[in-house]
Amino acid sequence: MSLGKPPARVQILRGIDLSVAPGESVALLGPSGSGKSSLMAVLAGLERPSGGQVRVTDLDFARLDEDGLAIARRGRIGIVLQAFHLLPTMTALENVAVPLELAGQPDAFARAEAELTAVGLAHRLRHYPAQMSGGEQQRVAIARAIAPRPTLLFADEPTGNLDAATGHAIMDLLFARHADTGATLFVITHDAGLAERCARVIELSDGLIVADRRHA
Amino acid sequence: MTAAWRAATAPRWMIAGEWHAHPVRIATAVIAIAIGVALGFAVHLVNASALDRFARGLATVNGGADLRIETTSRQGIGENLYPRIARLPGIAAASPVVVLHARIGGMPVDLLGLDALRAAQVTPTLLPRPGAGDPMAVFDPQSLFLSHAALAGHRVGERIIVVVDGRAQSFTIAGSLPGAQARALGMIDIAAAQSRFARLGTIDRIDLKLAHGADTGRIRATLNAALPPGAILAGTADDADRTDALSRAYRVNLDMLALVALLTGAFLVYSAQALSVARRGPHFALLRVLGADRRMVTGQVLAEGLVFGVIGAAVGIGLGLGIAMLVLRLVGGDLGSGYFSAGDVPPLVFAPGAAAGFAALGIATALIGSLVPARTAARIAPAVALKNLGDAIDPRRTPAILPAVSLAGVGVAAALMPAVGGIALFGYLSIGLLLAGGVAAMPWLARALLAPLARRHFVSPAIELAVRRLWGAPSQAAVALSGIVASVGLMIAMAVMVASFRGSVDEWLGQILPADLYLTAGGDAPFDPTAQRALAGVAGVRHVVFSVQRPIALAPDRPALALVVRPDAASAYPSLGRRIAAPPGRIGIGVSEPAARLYQLAPGATVALPLGGHRVLAFVTGIFRDYARQAGAIAIDSTTYDQLTGDTHRGDAAIDIRPGADPATVIAAIHRRLPPLIADTIQILPVAALRQRALAIFDRSFAITYGLEAVAILVGLAGVAATASAQTMARTREFGMLRHLGVTRRQIVAMLGIEGALLGLVGGIAGVGLGCGVAQVLIRVINPQSFNWTMDTRTPLGLLAGVVLALIVASAITAMLAGRSAVSVDAVRAVREDW
Amino acid sequence: MNGNLLALSHVAKSVPGGRLLFGDVSLDLAAGEFVAIMGESGVGKSTLLNLVAGLDAPDRGTVALDGTLLDTLGEDARAALRRRRIGFVFQAFHILPHLTLGQNVGLPLVLLRAPPRAAIARATDLLAAVGLAGREGDYPSQLSGGELQRVAIARAIAHRPALILADEPTGNLDPDTAARVLDLLVAQIRETGAAALLVTHSEVAAAAADRVLRLTADGLVAA
Repeated sequence: MSLGKPPARVQILRGIDLSVAPGESVALLGPSGSGKSSLMAVLAGLERPSGGQVRVTDLDFARLDEDGLAIARRGRIGIVLQAFHLLPTMTALENVAVPLELAGQPDAFARAEAELTAVGLAHRLRHYPAQMSGGEQQRVAIARAIAPRPTLLFADEPTGNLDAATGHAIMDLLFARHADTGATLFVITHDAGLAERCARVIELSDGLIVADRRHA
Repeated sequence: MTAAWRAATAPRWMIAGEWHAHPVRIATAVIAIAIGVALGFAVHLVNASALDRFARGLATVNGGADLRIETTSRQGIGENLYPRIARLPGIAAASPVVVLHARIGGMPVDLLGLDALRAAQVTPTLLPRPGAGDPMAVFDPQSLFLSHAALAGHRVGERIIVVVDGRAQSFTIAGSLPGAQARALGMIDIAAAQSRFARLGTIDRIDLKLAHGADTGRIRATLNAALPPGAILAGTADDADRTDALSRAYRVNLDMLALVALLTGAFLVYSAQALSVARRGPHFALLRVLGADRRMVTGQVLAEGLVFGVIGAAVGIGLGLGIAMLVLRLVGGDLGSGYFSAGDVPPLVFAPGAAAGFAALGIATALIGSLVPARTAARIAPAVALKNLGDAIDPRRTPAILPAVSLAGVGVAAALMPAVGGIALFGYLSIGLLLAGGVAAMPWLARALLAPLARRHFVSPAIELAVRRLWGAPSQAAVALSGIVASVGLMIAMAVMVASFRGSVDEWLGQILPADLYLTAGGDAPFDPTAQRALAGVAGVRHVVFSVQRPIALAPDRPALALVVRPDAASAYPSLGRRIAAPPGRIGIGVSEPAARLYQLAPGATVALPLGGHRVLAFVTGIFRDYARQAGAIAIDSTTYDQLTGDTHRGDAAIDIRPGADPATVIAAIHRRLPPLIADTIQILPVAALRQRALAIFDRSFAITYGLEAVAILVGLAGVAATASAQTMARTREFGMLRHLGVTRRQIVAMLGIEGALLGLVGGIAGVGLGCGVAQVLIRVINPQSFNWTMDTRTPLGLLAGVVLALIVASAITAMLAGRSAVSVDAVRAVREDW
Repeated sequence: MNGNLLALSHVAKSVPGGRLLFGDVSLDLAAGEFVAIMGESGVGKSTLLNLVAGLDAPDRGTVALDGTLLDTLGEDARAALRRRRIGFVFQAFHILPHLTLGQNVGLPLVLLRAPPRAAIARATDLLAAVGLAGREGDYPSQLSGGELQRVAIARAIAHRPALILADEPTGNLDPDTAARVLDLLVAQIRETGAAALLVTHSEVAAAAADRVLRLTADGLVAA
């Protein structure tokens, strides 16, 4: 599988074969430019590969168009980003409810509330992002990603904007929610220490997988 | 390179870089300023050129005398005044003049009866040039000298009929008037004028030449003491005032439009600058960290405003010059309003002083628009702004309403101030303040209007997201809307004012035109009692009300009023406010609204009217509405007038026809029955046609304003488009995140469309509300102070709804267009942390 | 005063919310001395640099630069001191996107009223020195993160400051790039003879310094 980005058409991923079992936790490790972010983009249905297949459960992402991918992401894919990316004009509860409503879940607010309680923010439901610390915002982001019970959960440098202690707590929470929900977890990072917490570590370099290890 | 220029290197680099990166944003602001300056300057040029032509025309008739004594009515001054005046100290020479409003071959001509010997000393430019070289021709009672314009194809030596007030006399064209080519002017010997047109013993004017080095002030005082009632002293300055008053109404109207454009420009500059300061927060923070002081940051934003202003002003002056030339050529000096005679294209008079003034106004506008953003930029806390790259939107922050209320409060207070020198200066200030207050209230208003929506829950994520965004970040919405709210507000204000004006004029026309047919002699008064009886006796005519308008001056420094002579004058026109009966034995008069305001007259007041060579005390019984005579009008009963003056001639007639009679037949019958001399000068129109014609003139006068308003709105919309697209591009990270969540591009575009529509709705409501408020300032302050008339408010609901709808559609489309390019940015790259 | 370039004496600072960052920090920095400050995230390393730069004021204690107490100076005087004496390198680069690289590097010089031509000339030399020869007319959007930080280093030394403040200068860079950028920064600090405070949580970065200190809630301690 390779990903051509117009107009430069640089090959970022050069024929990657990868299969991941349901419920696994996988670290995509590599320096910037290694292709780990592009691999995540392809796996998460954010970009289409220039060739090959990306099968997530019953769907081939490579055959879907833009809107098809967007719809396919709903309920299937959860993403946590380095910079939280909450909607500033919505409360924590509303932020978490957005993907549930997109996925057409009937009891979006009740489920959002349950999810925020699970990440320890029961007391922050009606707070706006501007009222919360970075760690709390990232908890909201995790709740938002996990609430629709996605098949695949991606965390792209989830602790990059947090101090070490908070980052540690966030990773604990992420792994706990991954374990609770049975979602397949991808952690994208250049931090080897962080990567070691995953059951499987895939190292990328120059668009190729250079190592694929499993821990006991 | 100067030290100051070098000190400004960093700001210069920043400005150049910013403009290089965002040329459209700059262009919008510059165009807005340019249009404001161009409109103001063009209006000024057209007016100045037209007035110049007008003033020159007047100077021609007056012939360059130092001072003039004039009659205040059509009855003239006794000629025995002349020798008394001529003997006064300080008077070097005096020249008596009879002024006749004549028709020569159907063309209206100002006909002067002069004593050529005396005129040679006082007003040499009025002297004729005999055609056959016979200098004695000027004293021949058969001789008539015509200016080039009055000649109109006739030849020297021809016999020609001259009609004055229905009296026809035959003259020989004996030569030309080289001093007055463009104006229709004629000259005959004063003795001929008196004897042949029944003016024996009276003159209308005495032109005066003062002794060299004489004290004008003292001579004026001496003259004023020597003048009988019915005669006033006039100087050249008064003439300028009178002509000025003619077109002032129109100019104020157009000035208003220039103000619209300039204010819109100010708000567009504000929104462009506010947006750019918000976006460049980290840049300014960096500069401050690197050691730039706050003054430099403030200076940079103000300098940007200054450059907007300078470029805008330069473009605007050039554009204004072009517009003025085009307008003068296409529409004429009166901008189509019909104030000046048609087909008379005055040459463009360039006014460097005015150009500098309007340029300065444009630059000031741009600077004012940059003031608040400059302060915001200087207040950025450097260390914090450098860390927080995103905009720190906190929906809990309630938008402040106090500044808006204060601005509006001061605006209302300003509206209550009186006019300054006949100009509603505070009224304009009030409009500016109200607009600023309205724009300042936008964040609060946006939140208040959206609060009911924000409390609801929408199934469609696009609607939900859009509502929450606008409710949560109302100040961003306000920035985008400020330009359009200002321009829509002013446009609505103009529209409400024009609708109210038109409605009031229409109603007024209905009141003053109750008869079936209206006859006018175009300012002449050809109907003596015999002719009146003849007209009343025409078959089909049931009843005729004859009237005449005579100029009457109440004060030497004011334009003459119209004395309307008609039966039942006191009760003929519906009164504004109370009406009181004149005490027994007193002469009752009605005064028009402008007259009442100009001379501070209320029912019960007493006015001294110069009538029949006397000062007659008259009692004001009521005030009537009048949009026709800006200088004011006085209605007096025919019987009273006839007794006082012996002037029984009439010029206008309101004719009721018998039931079943055909108006066209009656009109034809009237024409047949009247002596040809009269029949040729009159015009008879059915009431419907007259009303239609009046309203057509009204609509034509305001047609150009609609065009200019449309331009202002377009500039406002361009501002919304520029701001909205900039804000949308600044939200690519948000869109990227939404797409991570599974929102489709189409849903994001739909969300932006809904945001745009809601924004347009809020802006429309604010603009309409603001416009209705500003309209009241126009109706209750600007109009009365500028034109001395009032009107009843009429709200064009259809138009208001149309504007709101258009705004909703336009801003939704704009937002969606901006959104299409914003969502084309790669979703994955959009959420990356770099800038 | 004791002739040190920088003297922090019993400085305490809390975050606006109320949590105490550090209660008693004292530090003397001699001219030309290179000190690395390490510490956990959130202990206030960046805040400490802000205090030194006069961008923030301590709750207690004093900060003196060149023997002048910063709290005796007005905001504009502190700005003037910054532009003469201090060079900055940030984690997020902060290269102005609408200025050319030459203008970005020349910015501190023109803020000191240097003739623009001379500022650009020096910027060109400095860009060459950080491995960006001939790029002075380019815009930042054409550069990678590592290149942007090289531009920032050139900017930090352009006006020959007495003190360079570097806040996690490699935090946004991948390890290989980070190492190369750090080598460059250290080389440039040494070459200009400026004193430097380097905030980092990288041991490798700290190793290049004359002294390594650790910021804790109690104060600065030798690492």
